[in-house]
Amino acid sequence: MKFIDEYRDSALARNIASAIRTEVHPDRDYRLMEFCGGHTHAIFRYGVQDLMPENLRFVHGPGCPVCVLPMARIDQAIAIASQHRVTLCTYGDLMRVPASERQSLLKAKAEGADIRMVYSTQDALAIARAAPDHQVVFFAIGFETTTPPTAVALKTARAEGLSNFSVFCNHVLTPPALRAILNDSGQDAARIDGILGPSHVSTIIGSAAYAFVAREHGLPLVIAGFEPLDVMQSALMLVRQINQGRRDLENQYSRAVSPAGNTKAQALMRETLAPRETFEWRGLGWLPDSALRVADTYADWDAEQRFPVEVTPSREIKGCECPKVLRGLLEPTDCKLFGTVCSPENPMGACMVSSEGACAAYWSYGRSRQSNRATTASAA
Amino acid sequence: MCLAIPAQVLSIDSATDQACVSLDGVRKDVSLALVEGVEVGDYVLVHVGYALNRISPEEAEETLRLMRTMSEFDPSPSDERPQPAQVEAPE
Repeated sequence: MKFIDEYRDSALARNIASAIRTEVHPDRDYRLMEFCGGHTHAIFRYGVQDLMPENLRFVHGPGCPVCVLPMARIDQAIAIASQHRVTLCTYGDLMRVPASERQSLLKAKAEGADIRMVYSTQDALAIARAAPDHQVVFFAIGFETTTPPTAVALKTARAEGLSNFSVFCNHVLTPPALRAILNDSGQDAARIDGILGPSHVSTIIGSAAYAFVAREHGLPLVIAGFEPLDVMQSALMLVRQINQGRRDLENQYSRAVSPAGNTKAQALMRETLAPRETFEWRGLGWLPDSALRVADTYADWDAEQRFPVEVTPSREIKGCECPKVLRGLLEPTDCKLFGTVCSPENPMGACMVSSEGACAAYWSYGRSRQSNRATTASAA
Repeated sequence: MCLAIPAQVLSIDSATDQACVSLDGVRKDVSLALVEGVEVGDYVLVHVGYALNRISPEEAEETLRLMRTMSEFDPSPSDERPQPAQVEAPE
């Protein structure tokens, strides 16, 4: 496929890997956090870590919307579907994520709730149009990449007067999550030398949104594409920045990302959605201004206002180390549940459910690898 | 979850603001509500049924060219080399 195959060329990959091995200084470590689950997936699927020198390690970040969604929000969605007898539509990524009491959307569906997997917000709108007497709720999750389609759905619903459609909004923002990790000065904070910045999120919000990383935290950041050669070239760019003592914002993924991003999508998001004062992230806790809700001017299409529910506080699975994995403090293989009771077929935590979760990536592609302790504080 | 796939625009229906795209030979209708100025023949990034952005063929080729030149062995100290990519000035 054009714009994919060229960036998976094995000969070029070997050359870039050779350049990285040549240029790293043998007397120091390079710890590069890949923010996105898409990067994590590429690193494991294509064996990128195995091509790197021993002293360059990838530290996995929290960039997986399914993984960072707290259990309580899934509990709330199940409650909306079962207590209010609505049709709940959502993306397939969420269907098997564990909720409280060993529940999930898939189990709730099996027990009779009308929960449907959709490919697009357009599909959810079509379901609402086809059954005007029945309430349809779109369970919206995702970073800034997935947010504009929700904004379009809200605007379309209002324009068409679709009073039986509403959105349960759980969209979260990447810069606050990155800030939270970089502001974490605790004893067990992950040490990071450089960052592979978000790929498709940046097509929407633009590379300039990450200028604060260099300015406020003195770290190099390279916006990186999701293909293996993109990841490797970005790693080489970070190595060069680190070697030269530079702390710049660079854009490797310039074929799709501009400094300003997609201004039309941004305007739609501003019109239909508003920042939440605070929102809970699995692994990062409550972060201010880190998520979006339906804007007041679209309150008639806000499922949280239309379908209030009683939800008891949730408790994460005992022993699940997802929160520390998401902060780059532990590797999946450091979790005692990994590969024993927790696997993609029987996930205990969200990092094992989502194909972009670090645990699922390790299970699928990297189980035989020696556990890398470099990301733990004891090695710092 | 943020995965988006490059697809070529085969036809555009201005009335519905939709395009028919080819994903490696598979045809699919996607919404153009998030993009402007897309034309037949363009490549767009497709994500959950929407075109997110146009892909720049010139930038794509430049990235490949940089990959080839970056990975050539260069014995000079790294701080004397030309910078490999556009560096954006922070705001």
